[in-house]
Amino acid sequence: MTQVDTSPILDAEEEARARRDQILKLARWTLPSLVLILAIGAWQAYVTLAEVPHYILPSPALIAETMIKDWGILWPAMVITGRLTLIALVMAVIGGVGLAVAFTQSKWVEMSLFPYAVVLQVTPVVAIAPLLQIYVDSAFVAALLCAWIVAFFPILSNTTIGLKSADHNLQDLFSIYGATGWQRLRYLTAPSALPFFLGGLKIAGGLALIGAVVAEFVIGRAGTGLGLASTLLEASYRFNFGRLYAALILISAMGVLVFALMSLISHLCLYRWHESALKRE
Amino acid sequence: MAVKRAALGQRDELLRMSHVEKTFRGDVVALRNMNLTVNQGDFISLLGPSGCGKSTALRLIAGLMRPTSGQIAWSGGQGEGDLGVVFQEPTLMPWATVKYNVWLPYRLRGKSYNSVKDEVLYALKLVGLEKFQNAYPRELSGGMKMRVSIARAMVTQPRLILMDEPFAALDEITRHKLNNDLLELRERIGCTVIFVTHSVFESVFLSDRIVVMAARPGRVIRELEVDTPYPRDEAFRTSAEYAEHARLASDALHQAIEVAA
Repeated sequence: MTQVDTSPILDAEEEARARRDQILKLARWTLPSLVLILAIGAWQAYVTLAEVPHYILPSPALIAETMIKDWGILWPAMVITGRLTLIALVMAVIGGVGLAVAFTQSKWVEMSLFPYAVVLQVTPVVAIAPLLQIYVDSAFVAALLCAWIVAFFPILSNTTIGLKSADHNLQDLFSIYGATGWQRLRYLTAPSALPFFLGGLKIAGGLALIGAVVAEFVIGRAGTGLGLASTLLEASYRFNFGRLYAALILISAMGVLVFALMSLISHLCLYRWHESALKRE
Repeated sequence: MAVKRAALGQRDELLRMSHVEKTFRGDVVALRNMNLTVNQGDFISLLGPSGCGKSTALRLIAGLMRPTSGQIAWSGGQGEGDLGVVFQEPTLMPWATVKYNVWLPYRLRGKSYNSVKDEVLYALKLVGLEKFQNAYPRELSGGMKMRVSIARAMVTQPRLILMDEPFAALDEITRHKLNNDLLELRERIGCTVIFVTHSVFESVFLSDRIVVMAARPGRVIRELEVDTPYPRDEAFRTSAEYAEHARLASDALHQAIEVAA
């Protein structure tokens, strides 16, 4: 979709620029793909030539084979981890946004609760997980709480800043026109907070997955068999390194997927008006 | 289709500030004993150096602050939509299109877009931007954004429009153009305007009354009338009459700066 042909006069400099842009566009995809292929090739060659045993480093071919062979185990595990991540994220959005709105509606609420939100955030979730395991019967719910604790803070803190960052003149204008609190929130502070919230969402998406994985490591250990991370841990105990790597790759892929999804949501919300989504001429 | 406007001195009273004082933090006197009667159809400029309380006066009239003492009274009381405001910045909502920005004063009164669509589009037509109704603010130039801001301020046909140095951040060519357009607009809808500025030339060109203010403490030191009839056009800018009024206003402003120093 180049515009080169439609413009009648294009001087040498512009032409060179258009060519350069096209090359860059192509390179953006081809270069990383090439790196990936080379790396996998080198890996395979090294394992084959140096005759590395599979319980030290499995070859890419073996991992691919395991992925297909163990799909019946990996896929259900992936569904569980995915569900854990998404539910934790949704809960983090509800909790984070709800609390942020409460904070901005009332200074008293903010002063009373904000320190504890920080405490919750700075306490390592690995340290909380064993406790949750004691108090909560369901391993899934305990893992969910862990992932939620990790994902919730960036949304709370970003949304709070966003809600406070509405233009002051617009605030005055809303006062002059006698806006109600609800109108102010809906038409002014919430849209102002949207870019901040979406920034928090991007971070929270990745953190929800990390929280889920950590929780599975800690909680799923007792053979409760949760998701991908439990599968990975179990595979390592059994020296099944093919499955371990397959699980690792799938976790990685989920992380990329979550990030891409959050970026897409952010783009769809902002591309029409926000500075961050604008292309400079 | 110029609006009929009574001569200065025969206009009905719209708003009166009597003995209005505003003190900040107990000791900073922002405004001392301000008396001002705004009449229907007036174009009043508040002219003065920074710190003279002209913006404070505007915020008091807008109801954003209460006076420490004294009164501000609207004749017949202040109703919904009686006031329109234009700030120094265009102050548009970047996430809303031009027409939805102009809809805002109605929207906050609970009116759907469709029920006031005609008013919104008429206001945009008056500022020459109906073609841009679906554009986002970022797609507009500084001058165009200001026009949207003006359209928003007058869409409800308010009895009074407050303008706080609206063109100060624009380049001179755009400012002249917007000054001309503002006067033309006023001829069509006959609004009453209080206009804050620190430009002598702008105040003379636009207003029929200039209120000169001094700083520390902020107060009114002189009121001038510019009796040149409207419509005023580009020729007025180069007339001897204009030069004379500018000289008088300039003298008053210098006096304001001197008494403060």
